[in-house]
Amino acid sequence: MTKVTMTVNGKSVSAEAEGRTLLVNYLREGLGLTGTHVGCDTSQCGACVVHVDGKAVKSCTVFAVDVAGSDVRTIEGMANADGSLGVVQQAFQDHHGLQCGFCTPGMVMSSAALLAENPRPTEAEIRHYLEGNICRCTGYHNIVKAVLAASGQDAGAMAAE
Amino acid sequence: MHNFEFVKPSSIADAVKALAAEGAQPLSGGQTLLPTMKQRLAAPEVLVSLTGIAEMQGVCMGEGGLHVGAATPHAVVAREAAPSYPALAALAGGIGDPAVRNRGTIGGSVANNDPAACYPAAVLASGATVVTDRRRIAADDYFQGMFTTALEEGEFITQVIFPVPQAAAYVKFNQPASRFALTAVFVARFADGVRVAVTGASNNGVFRWEEAEAALSADFSTAAISGLSVSDADMISDLHGSAAYRANLVKVLTGRAVNAAH
Repeated sequence: MTKVTMTVNGKSVSAEAEGRTLLVNYLREGLGLTGTHVGCDTSQCGACVVHVDGKAVKSCTVFAVDVAGSDVRTIEGMANADGSLGVVQQAFQDHHGLQCGFCTPGMVMSSAALLAENPRPTEAEIRHYLEGNICRCTGYHNIVKAVLAASGQDAGAMAAE
Repeated sequence: MHNFEFVKPSSIADAVKALAAEGAQPLSGGQTLLPTMKQRLAAPEVLVSLTGIAEMQGVCMGEGGLHVGAATPHAVVAREAAPSYPALAALAGGIGDPAVRNRGTIGGSVANNDPAACYPAAVLASGATVVTDRRRIAADDYFQGMFTTALEEGEFITQVIFPVPQAAAYVKFNQPASRFALTAVFVARFADGVRVAVTGASNNGVFRWEEAEAALSADFSTAAISGLSVSDADMISDLHGSAAYRANLVKVLTGRAVNAAH
């Protein structure tokens, strides 16, 4: 075990980790940040997406020690400073972009990464970017609406089905 | 997965030293190696991360064509190769999904030589040079069958140099669950001839379709290959597609790539 230090949601943190400790387990078990979910554990589903130095990555397929020293952001870092929901989170709530909520942390992190790269994505661009995030409840439609809304575009203009 | 000792050198020279250890293996983006280790199909004693080596990062034009550092993630190639080699950039931008593209690297993909990976098709069709910590290997000598390459024990790729074709395109028929190629074809037209590389189809991994190369070198049009046929003898057959289906895809996708090449 070695001490692995990084910045998570703006705070310098450290926890013990083995070489094989995955970033997602470091966050969940080492730091108690259980908002990041393990879905498939095979980098298919995207429930574990977090940002490492501003880039969306699947934290089930990264060793914690390999990103020591990095700036990591998780779903716990997406709310506003006063605790109210951030823009993407609020849009998911407003547009019913979740049902069971299991995929939501990853969906929100991937959506935020998309908007950082492309502030006004088209519907097609949103669907394409979220290719690596699987949702088994919503049928994606309301997630896409939420991302459109979060980008300041009119989600009502999107087809109902 | 089994535990291991983790080393993260910051130079090629230090990586060479670290990889001399017994049971050492290079780790790049890890998008294939981590799942493989989780299944205990690989259990290295020492993992040497190559992603902290600055001299293995980035894309730039140089002697012999476009130089791509082996530890450059797909997302960076998709963005930075776009002005000089758009077909290569488009290929990189279609691998996996955005999160995978932020971690996975060209060196990792080419070293692994998955029979359905995208990059081997670009390397072979471009006649690229694979540069390692100890030598330069021509693409035609590098790929030696499914998951098999010319790399020796402890040898790792530092850079891939792509001659830039006059026109090229990569057309991939997606296997939608894995996002690997069910079959994909890279066509590259150079002044001295056309090269056609096929991935996802053969039990022997990426290969050149030489009959199509000869026909397209004489006449770069879909008509030139309309009379050709591809044998299904060595093609992969699985629940996603039969050998005959893949053989047919090779021809169809080659035609589409010729039409798309610019």
